[in-house]
Amino acid sequence: MTTSFLEVQQVSKSFGEKGSEKCVLSNINLEIKPGEFVCLLGPSGCGKSTLLNTIAGFIKPNLGKIILNNTLVQKPGPERGFVFQKNSLLPWMTLHQNVGYGLKIQGLPKHDISKKVEHYLELVGLSSHADAYPHQLSGGMQQRGSIVRALITNPKILLMDEPFGAVDAQTRIVLQEMLLRIWAKFGITIVFVTHDIDEAVLLADRIVIMGVNPGHIKEIVEIPLDRPRSADSTFLDEFRRLKLKVLTSIREETSKLMLIA
Amino acid sequence: MAMTTLSKSGASVPTNFIRRFWFSQRWSRHIGSLLRRAASLIFFLCLWQFLSTIKFNFFINFYFVPAPTEVYSAFVSFIGSSPWIHFQSSIARVIGGFLGGSILGIVLGLLIGSSHLVEEVLATPLELLRPIPAVAWIPMAILMFPDSEIGMFYITFVGAFYPILVSTQKAVESSLSDLLMIRVGQCLGASYYQLFRDIILPSSLPGISAGLVIGMGNAWFCLVTAEILAGKYGIGYKTWESYVISEYPPIVMGMFLIGLLGAFSSQVILITTNRMMPWRQVTKGSL
Repeated sequence: MTTSFLEVQQVSKSFGEKGSEKCVLSNINLEIKPGEFVCLLGPSGCGKSTLLNTIAGFIKPNLGKIILNNTLVQKPGPERGFVFQKNSLLPWMTLHQNVGYGLKIQGLPKHDISKKVEHYLELVGLSSHADAYPHQLSGGMQQRGSIVRALITNPKILLMDEPFGAVDAQTRIVLQEMLLRIWAKFGITIVFVTHDIDEAVLLADRIVIMGVNPGHIKEIVEIPLDRPRSADSTFLDEFRRLKLKVLTSIREETSKLMLIA
Repeated sequence: MAMTTLSKSGASVPTNFIRRFWFSQRWSRHIGSLLRRAASLIFFLCLWQFLSTIKFNFFINFYFVPAPTEVYSAFVSFIGSSPWIHFQSSIARVIGGFLGGSILGIVLGLLIGSSHLVEEVLATPLELLRPIPAVAWIPMAILMFPDSEIGMFYITFVGAFYPILVSTQKAVESSLSDLLMIRVGQCLGASYYQLFRDIILPSSLPGISAGLVIGMGNAWFCLVTAEILAGKYGIGYKTWESYVISEYPPIVMGMFLIGLLGAFSSQVILITTNRMMPWRQVTKGSL
């Protein structure tokens, strides 16, 4: 089946009072296939996070609709896992409780939750930190916890809002490779927001390049790099060629932003 | 942090050595701090004794102020004359007022903080009554409650209730404005009730506990006022009665006892609520 799994249909969104509204998203159309890894890339202010929040159901579009698996998205729900930028583990819960929280909400028996949480923590190498509170974990560990917390309820799609933006460069590489392994293992669909071109080219099947004023889709670039990929892939000629293509496209948007500012 | 990792890594000889050294360091720091505190206390007691003895009178008049030694003998004779009934009555009144104030303050604070409708209905009358000091309630307490014991409960209750109400309300409001934490719950499918129980309530706990500590202090604050209504027993009553019959040393003794009991019970509340929040990262002195 090649039918689209997630459909963004003519979505527009503006913020602010009537009369002085700021249009953040203008007529966005996007189709994502099941199991696809799509990166939303663009300079700040292009509305990439707003688009992701709209897909998550945190924000309602003024016009248009989001359809996931033939169902209209109206509010946030556990079939769309969300990984936030940072500090999103609940401070009053241990890592174990945080990761199991989605299952607790669903009313699973404690024993089953524990078993599943242990399995998922092992997957991201955090078994030995199960009883730690979030403030005792490094930023990278928190993000790993936050990824498995989103995965544990078996969502159909994983929405990630610059999840590695706040970790150091070395940790970021490890996390990116880990995410690619998880994606391959679960066969899940991922929509990943980033402003890091390397990151987008390394991870994505397709990169949706977004432009500014108002936020719109400028271009969609296919990334036909072989899988599995790792940090080594960034040294391939093909990688550099694709990166240059994306860079050129995005540079136009960034310079637009500079002239206005 | 460093210490816990060390102690977890096993009982090797160097680790044990470091641990012992660290503890002994901490211990000596502790003793030093205690000594400084004791020295300052003794200094102020001596100063007070001196000023009372010379009957210092410039701007502040120490003529009628009993010296620490007089206060001490008042305390000794108070302890010798079956004082427990006074302690018992006062503590019961404070605990009663505090519990009543906590329950009502937390429940109303949660409701007002989370619902516009409840706020519109309740906030105005509560806010108008809030600035009224405990002492101003005395005539009304006498008129409203024929049983003076209930009147006293009411006055300590008013003292405890307001700080707990206001801090609970503010804590809930700020938790509700933490969009990230609420979204975390929403995208995992939490219902309104689950959001409230698992996110709003725990993130409001630090604010509520601050309210409880202040509320406990305020209940003691209002004790002397409340026990003006008392016929016989109570530390506040004892203080007030001594003033009426111009016996000064017991007044100061009563003041001290209330101060001590108030500080002690606030500490108990502080420690209990901190135990409920093991997740909190306290980073004092990081500035």
